[in-house]
Amino acid sequence: MTGAIFDIVLCLLILAVALAAILGRDLFGSVVFFIVYGLLVALAWTRLGAVDVALAEAAIGAGLTGVLLVGAVARLRRGGVVEPTPPRPLARGAQMGICVLAAGLVGAAIAGLDPDAAGLTATVAQNLEASGVGNPVTAVLLNFRGYDTLLETVVLLVVLIGVWSLAEDRYWGGRPGLRQHAKPGGVLATYGRFLPPLGLLAGVYVVWAGTDQPGGAFQGGTILAAVWLLVAMAGLVDAPPVTARRLRLTIVAGPALFLAVAVAGIFMGGFLHLPPEHAKQLIQTIEAGLALSIAATLALLVAGPPQRGAR
Amino acid sequence: MSIATLFTALMTTGGLIFFIAGSVGMLRFPDQHSRLHAMTKADNLGLGMIVLGAMAQAGGPLVVFKLALIWILAVAASAVTAQTIARATLPGQADPEA
Amino acid sequence: MSGWLLAAAVVLLATAAAALVRVARGPDAADRMMGAQLVGTTGVAVVILLAAHEGNWAMLDVALVLSLLAAFASVAFVKAASRDGQGDPEEDP
Repeated sequence: MTGAIFDIVLCLLILAVALAAILGRDLFGSVVFFIVYGLLVALAWTRLGAVDVALAEAAIGAGLTGVLLVGAVARLRRGGVVEPTPPRPLARGAQMGICVLAAGLVGAAIAGLDPDAAGLTATVAQNLEASGVGNPVTAVLLNFRGYDTLLETVVLLVVLIGVWSLAEDRYWGGRPGLRQHAKPGGVLATYGRFLPPLGLLAGVYVVWAGTDQPGGAFQGGTILAAVWLLVAMAGLVDAPPVTARRLRLTIVAGPALFLAVAVAGIFMGGFLHLPPEHAKQLIQTIEAGLALSIAATLALLVAGPPQRGAR
Repeated sequence: MSIATLFTALMTTGGLIFFIAGSVGMLRFPDQHSRLHAMTKADNLGLGMIVLGAMAQAGGPLVVFKLALIWILAVAASAVTAQTIARATLPGQADPEA
Repeated sequence: MSGWLLAAAVVLLATAAAALVRVARGPDAADRMMGAQLVGTTGVAVVILLAAHEGNWAMLDVALVLSLLAAFASVAFVKAASRDGQGDPEEDP
């Protein structure tokens, strides 16, 4: 009974906040509602027992996206845009049509699901032993459906190249974003020194725990990215130039390692085949590499294209 | 009823009272700096008491450690937020709407 | 016990809804940000109660991430509100 009340209240809150984010007249208000929306969705995933997804939503939805959008609104205001110009009636109609269509398709897909079907849960549970890890989500992501994850890491890389290609020619080879600064010894700078040890601990722990408990490279990498961004916002570190060799290596290390393991699998049974007796070590190695690359890539995505020279 | 259960019930009730006070203050206080007060003080006492209440139900030392860490991080975040937002909304500051 | 913890989580959701009224009303950006900050802490408390209710302590990691990143949006906000957009309100005279 109490459980049902909790679920209903949470669902109503999520719907209300989503509507407020879309219909709000104040741009900044919409952004704040969107941040709250990410938080509430993380609560919903937690309630459903999908802790892996909740972790990702908490780190991305309530963390990184917030910084990105708050920065975007500030930038618009500085550029003289207080409210975006509303789209023309025809464009607005087309947008609404597409949204209704997409929502309808999702609704139809959900309605078409058999509520009693367990999906592939049983199959995964049966083969969990051979995957090398104890967390079924990690088993699916890094072993059973490894190439989805491999392609996703490459997609992240391509996105970063896309963002970088927005740089003006004269800044190419420079550092991402503008130089951040804060009062030395002030509150922000102190927080920037206080957070990294705990943040590193939490990030590495979430990657490490991912083999047997909820967590993994994506969630842990996002935490590491966020911690780095905070230290940068506190004016304590500066982003390296986009042409720095070590930075480039960090970005490609994860996908390259993953690809190398995948190719090595050809000699042991097939592309991306992980032999069960070594699967755990291989998955941990890939996760460690991916966490580093994902952290660097996400941090650079938020930092933006180069906007100043290399020094 | 065991002592741990009683402790959890007391602590979570106390925590709820502080959270309710925080939200009421957030709604009813007349200006930004009073509202800031409602948010940070009440809120983190509330979270602290809920953390203590959960610790009594915890399964082991790692869980107790994690709960303590969560509270410390939340208090630090709240201190930073309170201080910097208070500064940013002082009269004569750069436009806080920007 | 466990029923009580879930009931407490429902009360917390209600207080979060009240704080959201402040986010909607403003009037300033700082008011909205503060409302979101309060909802964020409330969310951390809800996750802790859910974890204790289900005895699923792996859920605590969600609360850990939320409180680790609790100040992020606010820090971005005060930085954006500083004079050149990259600074810190404490620097401005």
